[in-house]
Amino acid sequence: MTDSRDTILEIRDLCISYFTRAGEIPAVIDFSLDLRAGESVGLVGESGCGKSTVAMAIMQYMGSNGGIVGGSIKFKGRDLGELGDEELRRLRGKEISMVYQEPMAALNPSLTIGRQLMEVPLTHENVSEDEARQRAIAMLSDVRLPDPERVMDAYPHQISGGQQQRVVIAMALLSNPSLLLLDEPTTALDVTVEAGIVELVADLSRKYGTALLYISHNLGLILETCDRVCVMYSGEVVEEGTIDSLFTWPKHPYTHGLFGCIPLPHADKNAAPLVPIRGQLPLPHERPDGCNFGPRCDYFQDGACAPANVAIQTVTGTGDNEHRVRCNRWADIDHKAAIPQGIVKPPMDVGETVLEVDGMKKYYEVHDRSIGAMLSGESVKYVKANEALDFAAKRGETLAIVGESGCGKSTFAKVLMGLETVTEGAVRLDGKEIGNEEVQSRSPEQLGSLQMVFQNPNDTLNPSHTIGGQIMRVIRKFGVANTKAEARDIMLRLLDTVKLPRDFALRRPRQLSGGQKQRIGIARAFAGNPSMVIADEPVSALDVSVAAAVTELLMDIQREHKTTLLFISHDLSVVRYLSDRIVVMYLGQIMEAGTTDDVFSPPYHPYTEALLSAVPIADPEVEKRHIVLEGALPSVLNPPKGCPFVTRCPRKLGAICENERPAVQKDGDGHAIACHISLDELRKIEPVIKVPERQAAE
Amino acid sequence: MTDISAPAPSAGSALLRALKSFALLRESGVAMVGAGLVGFWILVAIFAPLVSPFDPLATLQPLAKPGADYVKGGGTFLLGTDLLGRDILSRIIWGSRTVLIYAPLATLCAYTVGIIMGLAAGYYRGWIDDVLSRLSDIILSFPVLVLYVIIIATFGASGLNIVLAITFASAPGVMRIVRGLVLDLRNRDYVAAAQTRGESSWYIMLVEILPNARGPLIVDACLRLGYVIITIGVLGFLGLGLPPPDPDWGGMINEYRGMAMSFPHMIVFPCIAISSLILGFNLLADGLREISLRD
Amino acid sequence: MLIFIAKRIGAMILTMLVVSIVLFLMLEFSPGNVATKVLGPYSSEEQRQLWLEQNGYLEPLYVRYFSWLGNFAVGDFGDSIRFKVPVSEVLWPRLGNTAILGAATFAVMIPLSLVLGVLAGMKEGAKRDRIISTTSILTTSVPEFASAVFFSLLFVFYLGWLPGTSSMVDGFAFKELILPVLVLVVYDFGYVARMTRASMAEVMTSHYIRTAILKGLPYKQVILRHALRNALIAPFTVIMLQINWLLSGVIVVEFFFAYKGFGALLLEASLNQDIFVIEACAMVALFVAVASQTLADIGYTYLNPRIRFS
Repeated sequence: MTDSRDTILEIRDLCISYFTRAGEIPAVIDFSLDLRAGESVGLVGESGCGKSTVAMAIMQYMGSNGGIVGGSIKFKGRDLGELGDEELRRLRGKEISMVYQEPMAALNPSLTIGRQLMEVPLTHENVSEDEARQRAIAMLSDVRLPDPERVMDAYPHQISGGQQQRVVIAMALLSNPSLLLLDEPTTALDVTVEAGIVELVADLSRKYGTALLYISHNLGLILETCDRVCVMYSGEVVEEGTIDSLFTWPKHPYTHGLFGCIPLPHADKNAAPLVPIRGQLPLPHERPDGCNFGPRCDYFQDGACAPANVAIQTVTGTGDNEHRVRCNRWADIDHKAAIPQGIVKPPMDVGETVLEVDGMKKYYEVHDRSIGAMLSGESVKYVKANEALDFAAKRGETLAIVGESGCGKSTFAKVLMGLETVTEGAVRLDGKEIGNEEVQSRSPEQLGSLQMVFQNPNDTLNPSHTIGGQIMRVIRKFGVANTKAEARDIMLRLLDTVKLPRDFALRRPRQLSGGQKQRIGIARAFAGNPSMVIADEPVSALDVSVAAAVTELLMDIQREHKTTLLFISHDLSVVRYLSDRIVVMYLGQIMEAGTTDDVFSPPYHPYTEALLSAVPIADPEVEKRHIVLEGALPSVLNPPKGCPFVTRCPRKLGAICENERPAVQKDGDGHAIACHISLDELRKIEPVIKVPERQAAE
Repeated sequence: MTDISAPAPSAGSALLRALKSFALLRESGVAMVGAGLVGFWILVAIFAPLVSPFDPLATLQPLAKPGADYVKGGGTFLLGTDLLGRDILSRIIWGSRTVLIYAPLATLCAYTVGIIMGLAAGYYRGWIDDVLSRLSDIILSFPVLVLYVIIIATFGASGLNIVLAITFASAPGVMRIVRGLVLDLRNRDYVAAAQTRGESSWYIMLVEILPNARGPLIVDACLRLGYVIITIGVLGFLGLGLPPPDPDWGGMINEYRGMAMSFPHMIVFPCIAISSLILGFNLLADGLREISLRD
Repeated sequence: MLIFIAKRIGAMILTMLVVSIVLFLMLEFSPGNVATKVLGPYSSEEQRQLWLEQNGYLEPLYVRYFSWLGNFAVGDFGDSIRFKVPVSEVLWPRLGNTAILGAATFAVMIPLSLVLGVLAGMKEGAKRDRIISTTSILTTSVPEFASAVFFSLLFVFYLGWLPGTSSMVDGFAFKELILPVLVLVVYDFGYVARMTRASMAEVMTSHYIRTAILKGLPYKQVILRHALRNALIAPFTVIMLQINWLLSGVIVVEFFFAYKGFGALLLEASLNQDIFVIEACAMVALFVAVASQTLADIGYTYLNPRIRFS
């Protein structure tokens, strides 16, 4: 094999622009990167920073309106920009291959997986159909797909999302390329499935000696997969270095700021709250003079940072002589000194019980209209979206419901909001039964006292109406204001509360950024002075730096209004940061419930344990046990008979797990685990995450 | 509905928005040509009494060739006259009124019915959807023109019957489009937000959903107007159109068909007139679609 | 799959039954009118009563409907008022002629529109796409009667190449078929071509085409194996539905060119209130339309693996 020091990919001063009707928009500016054989480099940044554009430029696939306007990309010494179509074609899929963000979209829906895999060796190597088939099957077992023969004959839609991504990875590796580009390969997948893919990629690149360029917005994932990392901001690399050096001594204020925005294990909503980066990501055509991060930077100095552009420079003193940063003041800034948090937020007083959920069940009927089902009399099946939920929430408390897709958390939110009614059991808000009360039959006060913040910022506001109009409609609807002028007044004050300028009232949603739309969504939810707000993944679609600000805002308003917050999420790090108590759900059932400390330390439910291990943590000092779950999430239509987690549980006892529903075991006050394994056994399990004392005490 | 608009709504801002959407139109050459053709015919129809050189019904001078002079009264028959001596140009000009009244009217009726049906089917789903969808499937399964011929033959040819027949045959198509859009839009979070604040179903359908479906609906309306004009023309051509003597393009073609080989001018110009108007709507639709996809 | 086909055919029969009821009610609801139509406006009241009695029109409505339906099922459509012969004797030869016209139209139109649509959709926005797209908008904007006029003037009046009518009095003549087919093709190919183009263009921007290109497949293989297979699913349905449209189109064209087909028959019958011919024609049209739609549904399911295996 080649010397491990051989440079495979050499990018120098790459500039890429998109040409639109508004003119030339630079997407990537002065990008340089070296990638050696067998090395893995992470490219991290928020949306619009140009990271995916770099990958597409390496592939020389820019679309009709994009173009490389400067610099060079050399692959094994050959300038890719100078290759002809035919030479390029031979390179693609053979020497450089790619794994995409959405596996379902990346596979052709009307060709069998086998055909799509076999094409690779058939095109690039002179092999027979038989040999291509053998190679494809071998590769499918290499990506740990069960029953490769069956997968070969399947169509993409017949396998799960995680399996599809394994197929895409198999396809990329079939010709044993020297460079593999991964563009957010796990963003569309559930956390536990993501963990499996990440482990697979790391193992395979080691096995085949493939160099990786791993593109992600998630610093934690980069930490787990890469040797070096490049941080991009607004089209430029702002900092690069080895994982160790960059994660321990981030020098650029942006990089440092990013770490302040991520809910790492030592963050705490009261004692050590997140420190959001102020402002918004600049749009490509609105970049400032000088340092692009200038307007959002606390260390900005006119003269030093602007108006001249900032060059990238090497950092000394970290032991990594390739640690570079695009900041003129990096040597002056002492990030450690700046850390003593300005803000310590007072903890909330928890009051009386606001929400009681008592044996609540929600089943959906699914009509199977096939003749076979009608003959056997089983034409109606039940989807058990929620099975016997029991818990309560108190005033001012933050209760989190955690789970992956299909766990029933959204169904529960719908029942609370009155969009669905319970099948069995009761849901009481402020002592009043609402489980069977549809939204139309609730009073304006009831409606106003229970509101929701939605997940998708682009969906949460009606694009056809103005912001002010939409908020005023809510105010009028809840009977908070009697006159139009009064409603207008309240609306303007709500805009102040969510820290948006008042003239936003006249704007339409399309003129707002994602974070701003979520703020309006929060303003709307709090318009009727709610006693409880349900937040359904309110920040999961936002960029890290924006998400932190929105999270903090949400909690500030909650504090002010003494509102109970029901926070629905799949992300355990956010949940650990902001919630007081946690309910872990899987396939419609509660696996574990308790205070945040209870849930994050043994005894764990085996599912909680796996979930904790699956969440990437962007802190090299945190030690984590690796638990990778086998298989995919079962379908809600056809859940296992016994414990719902039995099909993937690494601690499965045996037949009892398959056949019997586990009883709920109580461990002290309020901590409950539904598992057949005894609490004593579960207590013996090592903690999944070990946070070093130094940071924990901070 | 007034209180959902901007805090300080003004006629000026509405006008500004209308101007902006027109400016958008200018970005597509295709759309501009289409708008030009349609605009031309609309102006002709509005100012028919001013621009028409002769009375379209008056018998003046039989079988004059295009460009021939009106011997008795002065003036020129730019496009000639017909067997009865009526001026072709004037008949085409007045005929634009007929088509530009009945086609939009029929389309509007079809849209009103189709939108209500589509909103209900897509929003309520369940049995309402089953019944409405099945019904529209049945109507749509029938070849359109066969349907028109039978309806008109049974109930007689009149303006009202033509509008009713077109509404009956087109509303299910509109319903399908609206239903598809609603099925998508009803899952948006802003609809859930409206539901959770206790808005009525029709408020949600009309205020929250319908405005966001307008893009595809406007494009479809332009295309459908084109089809309706063809339909009205075809019915006239088959002798099932508006009763004479009012000028109607399809009817003119039917009337002069027998003489097409001897006097092509009588029949060519109405054909060009109707084709250009349809082309206008089709180009407009295509341009609008292109613009809407661009953003 | 078999269950699906059975269901579709069931739905098809149901549709036909529902429409037949509506049709029956529309045309025969008032027996007095039927008698007037059959015997003519100058018949006396007694004559009409007698006719009604003889032909079973005094039975209750549902009895009449079922006997009408029963007769229909065995091919007895009643007698034509105008031709004074059983409807079936008039109908079948006319239907045969229309089938020839339709088959010829499809044989030209389908390959033409598919090829043009694919060529245009391969590179959206390119010069080739613009030319094809604009042409297809232009041709669909000219109604059949107008293009019939234009083509007749050109080929019959000025050039004298083709006959102006297609009544085929001296037996089948290929030359007389050309103009009707031309008119139908010109009006309709644009629609199918645009649908194909849209489908192809959508496929070409899909992620799996990007995957195929970045796998290093030759462009030809990307188009033939990856793109066409998906891009032609939607046009298949469109083409099947064109059979439905053709039944409308032939009315105009057959009327214009005096072609002795099904469309002309329906029109004549409608204008002459030839009630039993109308009923027969409508039911035949409905059958063809519904059957082609059912075939389209089944074919679509078969072509699309995402539906086939679920």
